Amino acid sequence: MHNVISLLLRRMRLPLIVLITTYAVSVLGLTLIPGVDDQGNPWRMDFFHATYFVSFLGSTIGFGEIPYPFTGAQRMWTTFTIYAAVVSWLYAIGTILTVIQDQGFRRVLAFSSFSRKVRRMQEPFYIVCGYGDASRLLVRELSERCIHCVVVEKDREKILDLAVEDLPDFVPGLSEDATNSDTLIAAGLKRPNCRGVIALTGDDHSNLTIAITSKLLAPDIQVICQSDSKDSAANMASFGTDHIIDPFEIFASRFAMMFHSPSMYLVYEWMTAVYGAPLSDFKRPPTGSWVLCGFGRFGKAVREYIAIEGVKTRLIEAEPEATGAPLDTVEGRGTEANTLLDAGIQDAVGVIAGTDNDANNLSILITARYLNPGLFTVVRQNQQKKAPIFKAADIGLIMQPGTLVAQNILGLILSPLLGDFFRLTRDQNEEWANVLVSRIAGVVAEVTPETWELEISVLQAPAVYNRQRCGHKVQLKDICSNPKDRSKLLPCVPLLIKRDGMDMLLPDMEEHLQNGDRILLCGRQDASSRLRYTINDHQALDYIQTGIDHPRGTVWRWITSA
Amino acid sequence: MNLEKVIFAFFSILALTLNYGFFIGELDDPTHHNVYELFAALTVSLIATIMKFGDRAHIGALLLATSLVADLQLIAAALVWGYVVYVAESPLEPSVMSSIVSLSGGALLANLTSVILLVVETVTFRR
Repeated sequence: MHNVISLLLRRMRLPLIVLITTYAVSVLGLTLIPGVDDQGNPWRMDFFHATYFVSFLGSTIGFGEIPYPFTGAQRMWTTFTIYAAVVSWLYAIGTILTVIQDQGFRRVLAFSSFSRKVRRMQEPFYIVCGYGDASRLLVRELSERCIHCVVVEKDREKILDLAVEDLPDFVPGLSEDATNSDTLIAAGLKRPNCRGVIALTGDDHSNLTIAITSKLLAPDIQVICQSDSKDSAANMASFGTDHIIDPFEIFASRFAMMFHSPSMYLVYEWMTAVYGAPLSDFKRPPTGSWVLCGFGRFGKAVREYIAIEGVKTRLIEAEPEATGAPLDTVEGRGTEANTLLDAGIQDAVGVIAGTDNDANNLSILITARYLNPGLFTVVRQNQQKKAPIFKAADIGLIMQPGTLVAQNILGLILSPLLGDFFRLTRDQNEEWANVLVSRIAGVVAEVTPETWELEISVLQAPAVYNRQRCGHKVQLKDICSNPKDRSKLLPCVPLLIKRDGMDMLLPDMEEHLQNGDRILLCGRQDASSRLRYTINDHQALDYIQTGIDHPRGTVWRWITSA
Repeated sequence: MNLEKVIFAFFSILALTLNYGFFIGELDDPTHHNVYELFAALTVSLIATIMKFGDRAHIGALLLATSLVADLQLIAAALVWGYVVYVAESPLEPSVMSSIVSLSGGALLANLTSVILLVVETVTFRR
């Protein structure tokens, strides 16, 4: 990209030359034309006065004929000068205005101001490519947690949306194509404080290009991609994309989980919920015959996963051949009563409206409910801005791809251990999940729990380190106690301790902490800051372990010891 | 033949020659140094500066810098002249004249550097 100033100067070259030439010719003319002074003697204007005269004339101020009244020849030359100067000024100013209004120039201007803002960022940040529903939610959540990010989006309108969005943190945005490597570099791809690239452009191919570019130019940074198909997901994985998020796959597996272990589903739902969302309720979809409308990427994933749970589905699809639907598929959109009746809606226990059109999905929902009021309803909501309508429709389970993607990426960024935790929970049974759900529900009151990570190290937990060095053992119970009143525990649940490649799921409170432990916890937000206080302040940890609040100052300590 | 290069070289060399024309002569003798020559040297030097705008190559930046130095020296010379004659209202003493001419001598060096750079560039990138 060009330098803004050099671009402006190059465009201003000719107007400036015209201006200087006009002034030079005018000044020269005035010094050459003979005049008379107030005594009637022949007199010639000198350069100083000529320059002075042309300067005020050219800018149309006009102080009059100085130092002596002009002769006819001088007046004629002055007339010429007036027009020449005005025209050259108009030309120069006009060119400046044209350059400033020029779309190309504005683009260069926006680009360079964006890369300047990125260069000035000192703290770690993420690059978010695309500003759709998922990114919008993700950027909001990140900025609410004081994690910086920059946004690159092709569509200028969406970048304008970002500018007027009321975010707690300043988020620079640029409307350029993120698949262009120059754009990614301007967004800070090669900067040492860039933590990761998140590709959510809504187009698999663009996401793939962004992932390749990022991995080649900056191999060490984290790359997170959305992918809507297995092909491109496999392609992205082949060159080391760190995380690939497929919202349909995630939803289908979670939905299937609801059939056999609804508590486990709740654990997943709560752990990945957005900031301060209300706790969702326990739900169990009935097993029986289901009607599935739409056999696209969503329908395929859902059908595949719930078939494993032994749930039968009857399909309704507008284009059965094009989507490769099975033979017994009912042809139609599902918005009409007769297609739903053909698919056996009256004997079904549930309906899944999974087309890519929100209006159709709502229409399917209302028609199906009219035909069979007892149905369990699952609806796919494609656009975030329709949320109020979907909320009003009282739906059993809403699938929002944008929210799912944002939540999952947020989990990966905030607590990488969450992935390990979910992997371990797969081997656990429903009773285990039940106990966990009731424990979590016990510590958090109304809203979903916050999850966070701790590392027991010199830098992150100096108090614990200090205590251990003095030969004391520190238990998990100690750091989870309230530093104001040690008889109470903080409202948090330790989920996982990772130690030398060993995982301890739901560790015991008596567990002795070791240097290098990474702990995943969840609970109320205030517990997080209290806990950090304890592991940083040796006085607080000392109080929790011994019950004695030792004096802080040397003098007081000396007095008490004497 | 590149017309842009011709005009560019023309102004650069003209700035040098006019500057030289003003500079040559007895250092403190006002009759050897014509005010019109100083005016022409300054005008052409300004135009030469603008011709060098917007060139982002390293040698272009150097050319622009030398030109700006020449402008600065010539403007200083003109200001000294104007101040002494019209503000202090004293005749052109030899001491004043010598300082004006030596300022233009500085500009001459800058213009010379500029032309040397121009020649170097032409020799290096023969196209």
